Amino acid sequence: MIYGIHWDLHSPLAFAISILPILLIGMKITVEATILGFLVALLLGLVLALLRRVPLRIIAWPTAVAIEFLRDTPLLVQLFFLYYVLPKYGVTLPALFTGVLALGVQYSAYTSEVYRAGLEAVDRGQIEAATALNLSRARLYRTIILPQAIPRIIPALGNYLVSMIKDTPVLSTVTVMEMLNLAQIIGDRTYRYLIPLTIVGALFLLLTVIASTVVNRLDRVLPKEGVPLR
Amino acid sequence: MSPPAEPGTAPDEIIRFEKVTKRFGALTVLDDFDFHVAPGEKVTLIGPSGSGKSTVLRILMTLEPFQQGRVELDGISYHEPGGKGPFKASPRHLREIRTQVGMVFQGFNLFPHMTVLRNIIEAPVAVLKIPKEEAIERATGLLDLVGLADKKDAYPRQLSGGQKQRVAIARALAMRPRVILFDEPTSALDPQLVGEVLNVIRDLAHEHDLTMLMVTHEMRFAREISDRVCFFDQGRIAEQGAPEEIFGEPREERTREFLQSVLG
Ligand SMILES: Nc1ncnc2c1ncn2[C@@H]1O[C@H](COP(=O)(O)OP(=O)(O)O)[C@@H](O)[C@H]1O
Ligand SMILES: [Mg+2]
Repeated sequence: MIYGIHWDLHSPLAFAISILPILLIGMKITVEATILGFLVALLLGLVLALLRRVPLRIIAWPTAVAIEFLRDTPLLVQLFFLYYVLPKYGVTLPALFTGVLALGVQYSAYTSEVYRAGLEAVDRGQIEAATALNLSRARLYRTIILPQAIPRIIPALGNYLVSMIKDTPVLSTVTVMEMLNLAQIIGDRTYRYLIPLTIVGALFLLLTVIASTVVNRLDRVLPKEGVPLR
Repeated sequence: MSPPAEPGTAPDEIIRFEKVTKRFGALTVLDDFDFHVAPGEKVTLIGPSGSGKSTVLRILMTLEPFQQGRVELDGISYHEPGGKGPFKASPRHLREIRTQVGMVFQGFNLFPHMTVLRNIIEAPVAVLKIPKEEAIERATGLLDLVGLADKKDAYPRQLSGGQKQRVAIARALAMRPRVILFDEPTSALDPQLVGEVLNVIRDLAHEHDLTMLMVTHEMRFAREISDRVCFFDQGRIAEQGAPEEIFGEPREERTREFLQSVLG
C-alpha cells in the first residue's frame, strides 16, 4: 500500500491497473519538477548569457567560469551539494525544491549556451542599424536581438526540456517521490519489478513525446525572421 | 551648396577629423588623417576597396573607435576628457553624438521581423519619445517621399532590394539627422534597381541643410550631386576637389588609374 492505494497481485493486468494510480501521482511530481526546473533554467540561463556578454571582464569572466563549472560537474553531485551542504549553513529547503533548484541550475548552464549561440547568430548589421538609430541597450535586446534569436533558440531548448524530463529520476536520491522512486518501492515490496518499471518507462515516453510535439509545433508556428515582442 | 571649409574656420565645419589614427590590431587603416566637411555639404568618397572609406563613416556613426587624433561633430569632440573604454567616451556622450547622425548601409539592415512602418517608427518612438500617432504620420510622409506609401504594412522579405534600401533611407531620415552617411547604398542591388534608390538620394541632395557623405562607385551620380569628391588611397585622401576637377582633370596618377579602372 502506498498513498492508501492497495495493489492487486492476482494477475499481471490487475497488478498493473492497481499500481497505475500510484505511479500517476509520481508522474505529477515528475511533471512539476520538470516544469519548475525548466523555468529556473530558462530564466537563470538568460541571466548568465547576458552577464557573459557584458563588456566588463570582472563580470563576464566569472560568469563563464561558473557556466563551465555547472556544465562539467555531474547533476548528482550538485544535487547532493544542495541537499546535504546547504542545511549546514541554515538553508533548509523541501526535497522537491532542492531537486528543482539542482535541475534548474545545471540546465541553466546549457540554456545559457543556447541563448549565447542564438544571440551571436543575429546579424551584426542589425546591431549596427540599431546603434545608428540610437536605440538603448535594453531596447536593442528587447526589440531587435531577442525577437530574432528566439526562433533559433526554441528547438535547442526543446531538446533540453526532453533531456530534463529524463533526468528527473535523479531526484529520487534525495527522497523525492517521483515515479521511478515509487516504482522501485512497489518492486521492493512485491518483488515484482517488471510491470512497474515498464509502466514508468511508458509514462516517460509519453511525457517526452508530448514535450517534443509541443516544441515542434511551436517551432513551426514561430515566424523564422523573428518574433515581435511588444 | 556651401563652399568647402577652409582649415581652421571652425564655425563653418560640421565634421572635422584631425590627425586621426585608426588601427585594427596591427593594421593601420587611417594614419594622420585630416578631413573637414561644411554644414550642408554633399561629399562623395571614392577610391579602391580597402582604402578606408567605410571606416571614416563608421567612426562618424560611433560604430568604430579610433586610437589617436580628434574627431568633432559640430564642435563636439568624440573623445571625452578622461573618457573610458575603446571609444574614450561615456555611453551618454555617444548617444548625444548619434542624435545628429544617421546612416544607410550597403546591406540595408532592416529589421526583418517588423513591418516597414514599424521599422521606421521604432526609434522615433523609443528614442525621441515622439507620440506613436505623430510618428506614424511622419513615417507615412517619409514613405511617400521614397515612393513606398503602399508598402507600410509589408515585411522586408516582401520587398525588392531597391525598395528595402528606400525604406532604410526613410528610417534614417525619421530620426531627423543633420548628417546622413551612405555606405555604398546601391552596391548590393541588381543594376535595374539602382536608379530608384539614386533618385531618392538625389532628392535629398537638394535639402540645403542636410550634410551628406556618400561612399559610392556610381561615378556619374557622384559627379552630378556632389559639392566635393574625395579620392581615397591607402587611408589618405590622395586628391579632392569639385567633381569637374576630379573627374575632368585629375592631377594625381593614382586618381586617373582608379577612374580608368571603374569607368572602363
Ligand atoms: N573590423 C575589422 N577588423 C579588421 N580589419 C578591418 C575591419 N574593418 C575593416 N578592416 C580593414 O580596414 C581596411 C579599410 O577598410 P574599409 O574602411 O572598409 O575600406 P573601404 O570602405 O574603403 O573598402 C581594409 O583593409 C579592411 O580589411
Ligand atoms: Mg567599404
